[in-house]
Amino acid sequence: MAIDIKHVEHVALLGRLRLSDEEKLALTADLNNILQYVEKINELDTTQVEATSHILPIRNVTRPDVVKPSPGPDVMLANAPDREESFFRVPPIME
Amino acid sequence: MEYEAIIGLEVHAQLNTKSKIFCSCSTEFGAEPNSHLCPICAGYPGVLPVLNEEVLRKSILTGLALHCKISDFSRFARKNYFYPDLPKNYQVSQFEQPICYEGYLDVPTEKGIRRIGVTRAHMEEDAGKLIHSGRGESFVDLNRTGVPLLEIVSEPDIRTPDEAKEYMQMLCSLLKYLDVCDGNMEEGSLRCDANVSIRPVGQKEFGTKAEVKNINSFNFVKKALEYEIKRQLEVVQDGGKILQETRLYDSDRNVTESMRSKEQAHDYRYFPEPDLVPIEVSTEYIAEIKSKMPELPWDREARFVKELGLPDYDAHVLTSSRALAEYFEEALAIHNNPKGIANWIMAELMRELSGRETHLSEFPLSPRQLAGLVKLIDNQTISGKMAKNVFADILKTDKDPEAYVKEKGLVQITDSSAIEKMIEEVIAANPKAVEEYKGGKEGAINSLVGQAMKASKGKANPQMVRDLLLKKLTE
Repeated sequence: MAIDIKHVEHVALLGRLRLSDEEKLALTADLNNILQYVEKINELDTTQVEATSHILPIRNVTRPDVVKPSPGPDVMLANAPDREESFFRVPPIME
Repeated sequence: MEYEAIIGLEVHAQLNTKSKIFCSCSTEFGAEPNSHLCPICAGYPGVLPVLNEEVLRKSILTGLALHCKISDFSRFARKNYFYPDLPKNYQVSQFEQPICYEGYLDVPTEKGIRRIGVTRAHMEEDAGKLIHSGRGESFVDLNRTGVPLLEIVSEPDIRTPDEAKEYMQMLCSLLKYLDVCDGNMEEGSLRCDANVSIRPVGQKEFGTKAEVKNINSFNFVKKALEYEIKRQLEVVQDGGKILQETRLYDSDRNVTESMRSKEQAHDYRYFPEPDLVPIEVSTEYIAEIKSKMPELPWDREARFVKELGLPDYDAHVLTSSRALAEYFEEALAIHNNPKGIANWIMAELMRELSGRETHLSEFPLSPRQLAGLVKLIDNQTISGKMAKNVFADILKTDKDPEAYVKEKGLVQITDSSAIEKMIEEVIAANPKAVEEYKGGKEGAINSLVGQAMKASKGKANPQMVRDLLLKKLTE
């Protein structure tokens, strides 16, 4: 499968990226290179290899259901661009 | 042409854990905004989320009760989208390999038991809450971000709005039985989205579906679906086409409205969550959870019929909630008269409960008091009619019915000579009813019984009054 500029624009929209025309062209080339590399890997015989989603041989890491104190609104809002009382203030959200 | 509706429900149940799904922040409702928030649930870079073991246990418990298969290998995935209530710009959910799959729920409906398939049930985190000021700004409270949810997805097996409501109620009752969700819809502990389409009766293929969101009560499930089905029928009958879209239910106006335009069609780009390791569930772990499964409502219902001899209807009503069933069994342990106690719960107690959102545990009459009351009727200390007055009097107190009855001198008259005397007076005062009875109108006896009871101020034993009256009149 080859990537064209339409794919790049679509993915950029989903990722909320504003790209210039030059960037779109450059990314189209980059992504096609990446896909070609994947094609290369596809030449390997992987019929005996299970699909891998996690590379660590670790399973079932859980924690007990215990509440620990949270830092508090003032700490968590310290970097907020804007706040109102203990809320983050954001531009209006259209419904 | 006749059409039928095809409905599938996605129910989001908030699991009632103390802490969030991937961090140790509290899940308590109603706290100061952003006070239950930490770098993990706020989505800071470099943090490491870790699964709450209670979330896993409660999810599997629910899956087992829904007759689901439990995945021996399960993992989390990122669901990517932008919205200000989602600080990471992805929701940690499950996509492939959900923890539970392929189950069902048998739902009692007016047309008998309907088996509704459960496609899957998966763990995920909740998003935050937005408040719109209406003055060109919105406020974000992320306390709810990371609260654990179990999303239970049904097969498109539901055919009517009533069935959808019954499924939802049954599911809610089950979740409360299992003590995995408090079922409190006002606080958003149980939320529902519905996928609905219509097709001509007899057609095999499904029509184009609309997804209706924001359904937050049992009645709204029914109303929102009724509206949406009617809307789709009108579109089709006018020669139009149903669009695949998300619609929002507005309960104030009872309408559904299109929410998103087509260029924002779902494209969530799910991929495996690298920060959370996979889960391998052993058969031993499943067996351990199974061994601690509480008695399920349908099993309890069957036991009430089989072992206590209750009618099907009574058993069904009494097991409609775990709290009610436990109240009943607690009273029964004190006074062993299943039908007597059942009647009082279903009539007096449930009338008192209806119209107020009291939890049964806060009900102003204890199982011990109710059992004591029924006992006083059974040993003929007081009549049923007197008991109703006692019930009203001792509500909201912790008075013992027996002590109260003694204190008020409310003892039933079971002395036959005293009753005979009253009966003679009643017969003398009601020659017409006596005539009618003797003339073959058997119903006339009731008015005479009523008169005698009235003369005794409700204190006479009604059965004795009836027996003695019959005896007198046939002499």
